[in-house]
Amino acid sequence: MSTESTSAIGEVEGVEPPRRYDADHPAPVIEPPRKRTGKTPKGSGTNFEMYAWLFMRLSGIVLVVLVIGHLLIQLVLDGGVSKIGFAFVAGRWASPFWQVWDLTMLWLAMLHGANGLRTVINDYAERDNTRFWLKMLLYTATVFTVLLGTLVIFTFDPNIR
Amino acid sequence: MATPTLEKSGKAPEPEAGFADSPYITATFRIRRFNPEVSEDAQWQDFQISIDPKERVLDALHKIKWEVDGTLTFRRSCAHGICGSDAMRINGKNRLACKTLIKDLSPEKPITVEAIKGLTVLKDLVVDMDPFFQAYRDVMPFLITKGNEPTRERLQSAEDRERFDDTTKCILCAACTSSCPVFWNDGQYFGPAAIVNAHRFIFDSRDEGGEQRLEILNDRDGVWRCRTTFNCTDACPRGIEVTKAIQEVKRALITRRF
Ligand code: HEM
Ligand code: SF4
Ligand code: FES
Repeated sequence: MSTESTSAIGEVEGVEPPRRYDADHPAPVIEPPRKRTGKTPKGSGTNFEMYAWLFMRLSGIVLVVLVIGHLLIQLVLDGGVSKIGFAFVAGRWASPFWQVWDLTMLWLAMLHGANGLRTVINDYAERDNTRFWLKMLLYTATVFTVLLGTLVIFTFDPNIR
Repeated sequence: MATPTLEKSGKAPEPEAGFADSPYITATFRIRRFNPEVSEDAQWQDFQISIDPKERVLDALHKIKWEVDGTLTFRRSCAHGICGSDAMRINGKNRLACKTLIKDLSPEKPITVEAIKGLTVLKDLVVDMDPFFQAYRDVMPFLITKGNEPTRERLQSAEDRERFDDTTKCILCAACTSSCPVFWNDGQYFGPAAIVNAHRFIFDSRDEGGEQRLEILNDRDGVWRCRTTFNCTDACPRGIEVTKAIQEVKRALITRRF
């Protein structure tokens, strides 16, 4: 027995009629985002994900050496941060060794970080459109940073004024 | 006959007085209830029952369903840890209700029981298992061979059988897959259980479909999404080294290429 829907005074303004669900009108269930169905697309058939996975581990190993070395030189040894200045950078980049070091670190860290964020986007973005645009933003930023950094390392001019 | 009610938390009859050394304790079961025919919201409901702590969570659920609130809905079949129906999240960890003793759950505090995560809750502790079994089907969990069928059984050495022994123990309870944060976020990931069952055939010397299954798991939603969180290994009620099985599939894929 229910009288709610046929109230004697009709619908009262501003008062929501009570929500009611029953066997014929069940409440919506909460579905997980992107569940697997028979129509879930099959993969691309390439080894891309495997190479990406391997790259994360291999670049990680190299990055341990490069990043810890970098941090030691920049922040700890020989007076710490206070020594960093134009002259300090110019002095280091005069040597091809440090140029190669910084170039490798730039490329590896950027690609490693970008692929890591690609993973994070794949995990968390729920709608295909969101995923696509977040990845486009990520790839644009990555290409820009890698190219700009590479350009600076190679064209750095200590006599600039 | 008791009328099932959802609103109030019920109380089961107290054990008979006079037994000072009764094994019974009073335990609170805090159960995540959802009934789409009543409300769109899920809510926690406390049930206080007196029960022998040497009993299992499944016995407590039975007691609640049979004596307190008949609307409580959950799956179970064998009640002995072999059918895989009653995986649920008990005190925040995926387990089989029929293999979890109440005394192991610090029953002086409320024991929380909720549906496994990452799958659609249909009612109370019952979830929609279709996506889980879809992933299972997608790895082709059956013997694949070429050529004519032999006239007698396919022989296998004890060592060859040992190679995939661990992954034959799976009961498809979904405790592992629904404990995996990658699966929570993206249900397209095959999930540990599907990989375990692919592993069972990939490393079976009698099977010839390993290459096909490896290719399937090399996919965007395959083993490379695994982040070695180890939740699956912790959750597996059969003690399968799930993460290790996944790593073995990864290794097989890599060594196949190089
Ligand atoms: C210092 C040495 C480093 C090591 C050994 C290392 C190692 C790794 C490994 C193995 C992964 C994969 C994790 C997985 O798939 O489960 C990873 C993920 C990631 N790394 Fe690194 N990494 C290092 C440095 C960096 C740097 C410098 C950045 C930033 C530019 C970075 C950003 C990321 C991101 C964003 C992820 C993805 C996180 C995730 O999957 O949840 N890492 N790292
Ligand atoms: S691997 Fe273990 S946790 Fe996963 S479905 Fe099989 S029995 Fe359940
Ligand atoms: S009821 Fe069969 S596994 Fe628990």
